[in-house]
Amino acid sequence: MNAFVPDLPVSPPPSSKPGRRSSLWSWRWSDRLVLLCAWTAGLGLCLIAAAIVLYMGYRGLEYLRPSLLVTRPAIGTSQSQTGGLLDPLIGTLLLTVIGIVLAFPLAVISAIWIAEYGRPSWLARVVESAIEIVAGTPDIVLALFGLTIFQLGVFAPLSFRAEGGGVYGRSFIAAGAMMSLIALPPLFVATRDGLRAVPAHMREAAFALGKTRIATIRRVLLPSVRSNIATGVTLGVSRIIGDTAIVVLVLGETLRIDTQGSIPGLNVLRGTGSTLTSYVFENSPAGEGEAPQKAYAAAFVLLVFVLGLNLLVGRIGRSQAQSTGMSGVGGVV
Amino acid sequence: MLDRLRNPWSDNRAELTLGAVSLLVGVCVIAMIVFVFARAWPIFEHNGLSWLGSGGSIKTQIANMQATGVNPPASAYYLRAWPIIYGTLLTTGIALLLGILIAVLSSIFIVELAPERLRRVAIPVIRLLASVPSVIYGLIGILVLVPFVGNHLITASQKTSVQNSVELTGEGLLVVAVTLTVMITPIMIALICEALMAVPRSWREGAVALGLNPLRAMLAVTLRAIRPAIVAAAVLATARALGEAVMISMVSGANFFAPSLSHGATIFLYEPLRTLASTIVDYREGIGAPALQSALYAFGALLLFSAFVLSIAGYLIKLPLRKYQVRA
Repeated sequence: MNAFVPDLPVSPPPSSKPGRRSSLWSWRWSDRLVLLCAWTAGLGLCLIAAAIVLYMGYRGLEYLRPSLLVTRPAIGTSQSQTGGLLDPLIGTLLLTVIGIVLAFPLAVISAIWIAEYGRPSWLARVVESAIEIVAGTPDIVLALFGLTIFQLGVFAPLSFRAEGGGVYGRSFIAAGAMMSLIALPPLFVATRDGLRAVPAHMREAAFALGKTRIATIRRVLLPSVRSNIATGVTLGVSRIIGDTAIVVLVLGETLRIDTQGSIPGLNVLRGTGSTLTSYVFENSPAGEGEAPQKAYAAAFVLLVFVLGLNLLVGRIGRSQAQSTGMSGVGGVV
Repeated sequence: MLDRLRNPWSDNRAELTLGAVSLLVGVCVIAMIVFVFARAWPIFEHNGLSWLGSGGSIKTQIANMQATGVNPPASAYYLRAWPIIYGTLLTTGIALLLGILIAVLSSIFIVELAPERLRRVAIPVIRLLASVPSVIYGLIGILVLVPFVGNHLITASQKTSVQNSVELTGEGLLVVAVTLTVMITPIMIALICEALMAVPRSWREGAVALGLNPLRAMLAVTLRAIRPAIVAAAVLATARALGEAVMISMVSGANFFAPSLSHGATIFLYEPLRTLASTIVDYREGIGAPALQSALYAFGALLLFSAFVLSIAGYLIKLPLRKYQVRA
């Protein structure tokens, strides 16, 4: 079209890699040292992760017998008599369910309120910072908090009682309630960010069709952030099953599930027990068990769960990236 | 009643309901602060703020709290907790310094240097490291690292040289610092990587065009731009390290001992210690004794307070990040 612009010779697109390689030896030695350090650090971390997984896998497969998964823990003098992992497995499952059931409505509703309503704005900021504080609070402090509130008279029926009627504030309900606080922040953040990423024209289209705000949320927005919520739940679950401090303090340290009261179902929830994490802790040399084989076996099961959840997060993230074009290494914390 | 629920909600009512539920989180946080500080109050009442300082032996003070049972005299509340505060600062500080260095270097590696195939492996690997439960780190620490340090690194002469004050078993500062570093580095890498990727490529290309080699350009331009993200990552990692209880309780040797450089730098690394959080785990059984309970809640209150300060710091640091459109 424009005759005044001469045809420039097309130069090959600049590619950094060959150039970098060939000029590497002309760099200053300090630069080369930094480069070496970066490679070492990156590869080193990958090696550490590989070493952890392989070592735990090796030990786990060495000590884990299928029968361990279906036998209950017992008190014994040698490692062959102390039974299996059934109660800790059930405990982990129970706490996860309680934690997510409590955290899910709270987190999703707060996220919806913050992202879609958020009025008055100072109140929305207060709620957001409250969740940030929960996210930053160490789990050991949450455990102390849980002990305190479940020792109150109001909540006394929900937890384990000593012979004399003393309230210890320790039960599956108490631990599960604290676990919901652990799972709350990732679930909230995932849902809120998902809602914020929904393009405004989707809302406008719904409003134009005469839908109310809440109907839009239910019929349009929530379905479109389903995968974000799924990511949040997965992150929450992996936080819950990995937590030890709350279990050790608030669940009471009985290896077997100890029921409280006579109402079936509720007696388990009011009773004490253990999870995989507390089982590992108790059976390590740091606890009383001194049964490293059992600790390795339980840790292996735990690691398998965590690995599975990790893969799940990755898969949800990928399918999300395919459908919306978003990607990144985020969502780790 | 049910009919009213089944009918479509009016927007007004929905907003109020959702808002009310959201406020529950705020109520929870306030309750947490109130309850933890209320239980910690006797310690503050009897010691003022001087329980943060040093004086006497914390070992005998805690033993006294445990021994005095359900009706402790006022003297049982005497507490000077400096050794464990020092232990907390020491472990967090060392892990943080090592962690920042490793995190920045490996983030550069992951984002810039690693070949595409390796990067695809590295990101999930980092994610995995970040989500491994602390008790597994503790287990590896106590069953692998501690025996290694105790049997191969600590010499017999080192053990005898300090045997009057402390027993060196391998559990101690070195293992805690190494394990804690491995735990907090992935968290920092996640944030730093995200920030690195968000810096416009053209900035660095400009620097390369001016004659810097790619690495220099990276250090001079990109790293400078994400400094707030690095600090934010460090703040998050500090919060994690301060609150780590179970892992440290497993590998620290659980001893009210303040590692001291006066024994020599290498022995210093092998000396056992306690941190605020690990002490709570160690004494969980004695929580029925009111004096000890109050002390443990005071440690918890201190942790809560530092978490609060850190989250404010994190917020302030993130402000300048918005300038670069970097989310962190």
